[in-house]
Amino acid sequence: MAILVIAEHDNASLKAATLNTVAAAAKIGGEVHILVAGSGCQVVADQAAKIAGVAKVKLADAAHYGELTAENHAALIVANAAGYSHILAPATSHGKNTLPRVAALLDVAQISEIIAVVDADTFVRPIYAGNALATVKSSDATKVITVRSTGFDAAPADGGNAAIEAVAAAADLGQSKLVGREIAKSERPELTAAKIIVSGGRGMGSGENYHATLEPLADKLGAALGASRAAVDAGFVPNDYQVGQTGKIVAPQLYIAIGISGAIQHLAGMKDSKVIVAINKDPDAPIFQVADYGLVADLFTAVPELVAAL
Amino acid sequence: MKVLVPVKRVMDYNVKARVKSDGSGIDLANVKMSMNPFDEIAVEEAVRLKEAGVATEVIAVSCGLANCQETLRTAMAIGADRAILVDTDVELQPLAVAKLLKAVADKEAPQLIILGKQAIDDDANQTGQMLAALLGWPQATFASKVVVADGKATVTREVDGGLETLALSLPAVVTTDLRLNEPRYATLPNIMKAKKKPMDTLKPADLGVDVAPRLATVKVSEPPKRSAGIKVADVAQLIAKLKNEAKVI
Repeated sequence: MAILVIAEHDNASLKAATLNTVAAAAKIGGEVHILVAGSGCQVVADQAAKIAGVAKVKLADAAHYGELTAENHAALIVANAAGYSHILAPATSHGKNTLPRVAALLDVAQISEIIAVVDADTFVRPIYAGNALATVKSSDATKVITVRSTGFDAAPADGGNAAIEAVAAAADLGQSKLVGREIAKSERPELTAAKIIVSGGRGMGSGENYHATLEPLADKLGAALGASRAAVDAGFVPNDYQVGQTGKIVAPQLYIAIGISGAIQHLAGMKDSKVIVAINKDPDAPIFQVADYGLVADLFTAVPELVAAL
Repeated sequence: MKVLVPVKRVMDYNVKARVKSDGSGIDLANVKMSMNPFDEIAVEEAVRLKEAGVATEVIAVSCGLANCQETLRTAMAIGADRAILVDTDVELQPLAVAKLLKAVADKEAPQLIILGKQAIDDDANQTGQMLAALLGWPQATFASKVVVADGKATVTREVDGGLETLALSLPAVVTTDLRLNEPRYATLPNIMKAKKKPMDTLKPADLGVDVAPRLATVKVSEPPKRSAGIKVADVAQLIAKLKNEAKVI
């Protein structure tokens, strides 16, 4: 049977996490279809059709999908669920918001944030903040799954030539309405898609220090900026900077942890990074136990030195 | 308006999870158990709504073993008025919990259900959304601010890239994120008072819900360990290593 992947997008471009989700679908095996729901989002469907390994794109374009609410999106997915053995979405805030509704409406379990596919019914997912990995087997007719993007290499964005088929929009449920959005505009790469991440913790001391010290380094490296929960709770940076179990899960090529002690919930969010660098003045900080390269130094002298030397 | 607050008993967040040697699960013998931290935030928010005169009654509900009563007493020590235990020793998965909570909500007719966005044991992040779907109610997950007025809830949510604010018609389901509030400590007089507050016990069969698990756990294992690397002496050596050895810059 075929697999339905739910596209993550902003009506203008397809988000990278969709590619990792397509890769997870390919591992399960079967024809891969993508559902794009939005408003004026033909361009997104065109991008989805080019992903290698995608057989069909279903496009539901309607004004009330412009701000895609969980209620409307779940109803649309359920209306299009027939004939699919698996329904997959990226474990982004939108995917996590919407897919459990789909599962409940189909009366099936959801399997959250899988990081590996064992077979078509069996999947591996982290539990206890990543301190353990559970292998779970589903007995449901339809498997509803969110995919942690760091667990799967992205499918190639080019090479496919899938047909795009329009599907009917479901009725607007009108139960919730977006009344405001504060999305930080940034020239930097997105945290979850960045190759290099510069991340700061409580050791930064203040929001001013955070920006003054880390931004030059991020600029030099073309890196995204992240933070530990301690730095977010202290108000140095907004919540969307947070890397960790309750924030974003990242796995860049290079993760530079600066003034971060390495609390377990932070490690859960970044320990799959390829190379980890830690700069901390406390030689006993737990972050050094996972760092490939540790530098015991005062970050306020080491980071400017690093910027000057790069 | 009644507010229903589902709470879960989980391993305390300060305890490090250890995988059982036979790979059957996490060792929970003799470890400290507490209320799921996100649920504690949910109880606090509900109690604040009552203190603000928006809510009239706060009802805590928990599904699971009889010792979930402790968790419900904690909720009542924070300020919940009464509690409902759905008593079962079956391993409960999110869909089953959502069905039980729907049955409780059908009886109690709350205008608002507030619960944690996820439990820190199974990290599923499903129950609130499933409950909203089963009830046919709107939802606002990952809430960092909740305002209830004029028959609607205005909820600020923490989403990828920033914040968004939703207006929901009531009744509705809200799930809490970390920054919604800072739960109070239960004072001794309130802990004593909580012991006298009413607690009802129901069985899944009383609610007509099939709680059989849909997912079987094949095994639980330790994640691959990341070994510590080396300490570099200075910035120059760090850059040399990153360029020549790791080749990432």
